Amino acid sequence: MKKNSFMKQLASMPYYVWAIIFIIVPIGYVLYYAFTDSEGKFAGLDNFAIIEHYASTFSLSIMLAFIATVVCLLIGYPLALAISRTKPTTQKILIMLVMLPMWINFIIRTDSIAILLEKNGLLNSLLGNFGVSLELMDTRFAVIVGMVYDFLPYMVLPIYSVLTKLDVKLVEAATDLGCNSIQALTKVIMPLSLAGVVSGVTMVFVPCVSTFYISQRLGGANTYLIGDAIEARMLSISADYNKGATLSFVLMILIVVSTLIMNHYTDDDESVAAGGIM
Amino acid sequence: MKKIIVALENISKSFDDEQILSNISLYIRENEFITLLGPSGCGKTTTLRIIAGFETADTGKVYFEDKLLNDIPPYKRNINTVFQKYALFPHLNVYENVAFGLRLKKMKNEDIRPKVKQMLALVNLKGFEKRNINTLSGGQQQRVAIARALINDPKVLLLDEPLGALDLKLRKDMQNELKNIQLKTGITFIYVTHDQEEALSMSDTVVVMADGKIQQIGTPTDIYNEPKNAFVADFIGESNIVDGVMLEDFKAKFSGHVFDCLDKGFEKNEPVDIVVRPEDVDVVDVDSDKAMLSGVVTSVTFKGVHYEIIVDINGFKWMIQTTDYVGADQKIGLYIEPDAIHVMKKSEYSNMFGDYSSFSDELEKLSDATEVIEE
Repeated sequence: MKKNSFMKQLASMPYYVWAIIFIIVPIGYVLYYAFTDSEGKFAGLDNFAIIEHYASTFSLSIMLAFIATVVCLLIGYPLALAISRTKPTTQKILIMLVMLPMWINFIIRTDSIAILLEKNGLLNSLLGNFGVSLELMDTRFAVIVGMVYDFLPYMVLPIYSVLTKLDVKLVEAATDLGCNSIQALTKVIMPLSLAGVVSGVTMVFVPCVSTFYISQRLGGANTYLIGDAIEARMLSISADYNKGATLSFVLMILIVVSTLIMNHYTDDDESVAAGGIM
Repeated sequence: MKKIIVALENISKSFDDEQILSNISLYIRENEFITLLGPSGCGKTTTLRIIAGFETADTGKVYFEDKLLNDIPPYKRNINTVFQKYALFPHLNVYENVAFGLRLKKMKNEDIRPKVKQMLALVNLKGFEKRNINTLSGGQQQRVAIARALINDPKVLLLDEPLGALDLKLRKDMQNELKNIQLKTGITFIYVTHDQEEALSMSDTVVVMADGKIQQIGTPTDIYNEPKNAFVADFIGESNIVDGVMLEDFKAKFSGHVFDCLDKGFEKNEPVDIVVRPEDVDVVDVDSDKAMLSGVVTSVTFKGVHYEIIVDINGFKWMIQTTDYVGADQKIGLYIEPDAIHVMKKSEYSNMFGDYSSFSDELEKLSDATEVIEE
């Protein structure tokens, strides 16, 4: 018995080592820098004064991430539902197609969206045939398109995974009791897939709100997000780790709070079902 | 005779080239408790699903109160279903599950409340309103499922093996309760089961199905006493089914003996299947005048109420239930009353059933168990 539990502990050691080096210690550093000044002295909440300076950046980040998340949900939910209703073999193919872009590097994916949207890009040369030319690059629209394209699979997969586990008999029971197909969707299918929606929303919203590459590549100077601000603070020549860490810390708190709020909407036992895909 | 409420006419259905139902016609009357009985894969559940509207028939017509039902979706049918594994909504509590149908009808809260209360009382679940579905036992979930269906005041209630997942004791209790509910409400029950005992004890009418066809429709006593073919005779209760010849009206010859019987209307010397139930055979002394047949006892099993013995008569193994003790390897005589003999026309099921040479209780139970799992 004892030996067994020792073996189990040994097996989980690599994870603990990983977690300490790449999660716990960095968070410790973030906290350390956020609450100290450039000489390493405890600075209380002094660093947090810069939040005011970045208030509009924070709100723009949250707004764009929110829009992208909603668009992902509006596209992802019907897509996941449609896939879950096909034959099992078809489902495998369709889900593979959804995941396929994720096999390609994130930066390349974002660059390819840029190529599509550029002034002389694919979209404009197609529209050119009709005498139309659109300024799409360096707009917030382009940023949202990039976010949706990059993170849509993270919305589809958890929702799909919950929907495939949903007992078809429950839908039959709903129609038997008088639901038309829309009522069956709103009264039974949607409430029972809420756990998948919550994990999908979390998995899309979190990377969207903290992204910097998408906004730089597609948003140009017009779209300066909190991720860009953190990157600038950390990597520019006049690097200021303390202010950068403070911004990171605030962003982290924001994400934790919004995740907690969303998890509040699902029961514990239901979120277990959604966890499968994560 | 009561009015016909559901009519199925020439229904056929196949899935992926496999014929599930072939040309079924069935008429169901108001207030009737009708049971579709058959082994797994016989098409009984598909028949039920066609009435509910979850499947559409390839050919044939479904009528509900003389209105054609084929293209009416399930939610517009005044029919409700109790599902095999209950299919209760896990995101709603007991009260909301039962109230589900009424909420869809936009009924007011104050009108819903007394109705739910009344339904929960009917199924003996008073005070369970606030309970989470997952905290209920199988029997309690079953009751919620029944209440959830009945509250909509359906004209017809469909029950798909509703007791299949319950243990034996609970199943017996629920059988009585279901029967009482049916009598109290007067709703037509269409009940699907593979359990012949359940079918016989609860139903007004039993429909025996096999291979996508209706084998026989009748009252439980008819089905038991006058099975139409070897399949029905074998499926319902225990039967000795032997080859025989109908010499003339009221005279049947089988196992080398000419018997008086009550059957008539066959051709002269027509080959037939003869059914004799194990409890209808009397064991007599082999040398007595009453002995019509004689055989050697090959096994004896004590069953409590009676002994179940297997007797070898000219190589054909008969099962006989008797209260008199006989020893194994003993030679005994058998006496059969004329009314214990039932003569059936030859069918595609002739010679497939009825010999007890490979019979064992264990096998019987095993095949029952696999059936439950498959369904």
